[in-house]
Amino acid sequence: MPSHSPAITAQGLTKRYGDHTVLNDLDLEVDAGSIYALLGPNGAGKTTTVRILATLTTPDSGRATVNGLDVAHQRKHLRRTISLTGQYAALDELQTGRENLGMIGALAGLNRAQARFRSGQLLDQLDLAKAADRQVVTYSGGMRRRLDLAAGLLRRPAVMFLDEPTTGLDPRSREQLWQVISEVAASGTTVLLTTQYLEEADRLADRVAIMDQGRKVVEGTPSELKQQVGGELLRLELADRDAFDLVRARAGKNAMGDASALVLKIPVTGAAPEIRSQMDVLDPDRTLIRHFALHRPDLDDVFFTFTGQPAKTAKELSHV
Amino acid sequence: MSDPAMSANTASVALTLTGRTLRLSRRNTEALLISLVLPIMLMLVFVYLFGGALQPGVGTSAYVTYVVPGVLLLCAAFGAALTAGAVSYDMTSGIIDRFRSMDVGGGWFLCSHVVASLARNIVSTTIVLGVALAIGFRPDTTPAHALAAAGVLIAFVLAVSWLSAVVGLIAKTPEAASSFTFVPMFLPYASSAFVPIETMPSWLRGFAEHQPVTPVIETLRGLLLGADVGNSPWLALAWSTGLLLLGVALSGVLFRRRAA
Ligand SMILES: Nc1ncnc2c1ncn2[C@@H]1O[C@H](COP(=O)(O)OP(=O)(O)OP(=O)(O)O)[C@@H](O)[C@H]1O
Ligand SMILES: [Mg+2]
Repeated sequence: MPSHSPAITAQGLTKRYGDHTVLNDLDLEVDAGSIYALLGPNGAGKTTTVRILATLTTPDSGRATVNGLDVAHQRKHLRRTISLTGQYAALDELQTGRENLGMIGALAGLNRAQARFRSGQLLDQLDLAKAADRQVVTYSGGMRRRLDLAAGLLRRPAVMFLDEPTTGLDPRSREQLWQVISEVAASGTTVLLTTQYLEEADRLADRVAIMDQGRKVVEGTPSELKQQVGGELLRLELADRDAFDLVRARAGKNAMGDASALVLKIPVTGAAPEIRSQMDVLDPDRTLIRHFALHRPDLDDVFFTFTGQPAKTAKELSHV
Repeated sequence: MSDPAMSANTASVALTLTGRTLRLSRRNTEALLISLVLPIMLMLVFVYLFGGALQPGVGTSAYVTYVVPGVLLLCAAFGAALTAGAVSYDMTSGIIDRFRSMDVGGGWFLCSHVVASLARNIVSTTIVLGVALAIGFRPDTTPAHALAAAGVLIAFVLAVSWLSAVVGLIAKTPEAASSFTFVPMFLPYASSAFVPIETMPSWLRGFAEHQPVTPVIETLRGLLLGADVGNSPWLALAWSTGLLLLGVALSGVLFRRRAA
């Protein structure tokens, strides 16, 4: 049940590697029991943020607390209240799923019976019961991710960090993980996750922060962010590159363009007379625009609006 | 509904991590086989191919007897150096982040790798010794001397394992870390392990006489073959203790650095 005391706070987090500033004056506040998404392309600083909050890296300046405990000065205590599921699966390939969970359970301070019971529960819940006694080498990517998540849930953490939990998974596995993450949050655990998938943030998160080059570009609920882009977007497909350039020039600053796809998006209210006159102004001879559609802004559009770079970059990179 | 903050006690962490590395060592059949087959092959090569040429006029059995301590050492050095790859693998996979986020200490983590290395070495040394006996190794020793020899060898394995763990902490990739096995593999050649130091060129002789492997070899040979050991055991133990302390100290610093 989301209450309104913050589970995570950060003020002015800054981290440099050499002369490369990877986190730049980042502030965060995450309500207890909520799901918070850090959304950003490769190199945005998502992992660095998570590692600082999980006490694995120290910031150069700024301070942060998790569950009211300071990440710099109360590490030991703090570590007992969190779990981290990193960007890359943290499992022993040569141990079985059950053995991996048994080991993490023991390290987390569960006794043998508790660890066995809880592992069994999680293996069932995450649809891994059949594979539980096979070595992880034989697991698919989705199975590894689920086992990794189970390892993070053994101790019922107050705050759970998930770094790109579904990157590289097929849609079915992703859907399965989303389900589990929602259930975890519903049981009272605060979840901070990072993602390059706009859809994922939209689907799971109570609040989203868009990060780009170490800064928080914008923050809000998914619907707030969409509202900031405008009511509706008029999506135009242009005939060719010349048509694209011409229409873009006529549309002015508000238009968001993707030259390679020959697509232009223009914020509008959605009223019919407005659309007609827009089209007439942009394409008086009716030769430039091939196709149009109206749609509500999605997080792709939000990303573009606030970072000035096509959200496509984030998406494309996430598929490599 | 999160559980009250709890954490594992130290003994349970140590046991769990050691159980883990032992299990992983047992299942990593390739590494296990190489660490067994390689020393045995080397011994056979030395005895049957080089044996006659290296020590003309000496029978096979006599050369086996001369060379076995060296092979045991080579086997131990190689086995211990595998620790570097294993540590590096854990450091570069996500597992170390999970351990650290659970407040598992770096000391126990490294210890568990060293214990696994020791266990691997005890097994492989025993097997190599068995093969040596089968092809004509005839020790002349007492139980007390044999135990003392085992003790000196174990101290050496501990030191090399811990230094290898340090290499595992420094290396950027497990592959780079594994290539380090070359160093401890090479040292025995530049010692009295396979040929007497007197036969070496003078520039190498200086190194061979003063490097850590030589007193270990001399101790093993003396204790196993009933010869006089002089101060070799003390020298060997001093070297191993020194290197072990160096390894522990370095790993402490490096683990914290790497963890920043
Ligand atoms: N240990 C390090 N040393 C030097 N540079 C680093 C280090 N860790 C991260 N960086 C740099 O910091 C920047 C941010 O990295 P970070 O891993 O936080 O990004 P990210 O948002 O998680 O990206 P991705 O989506 O690729 O995981 C990158 O440019 C990265 O190269
Ligand atoms: Mg990352």
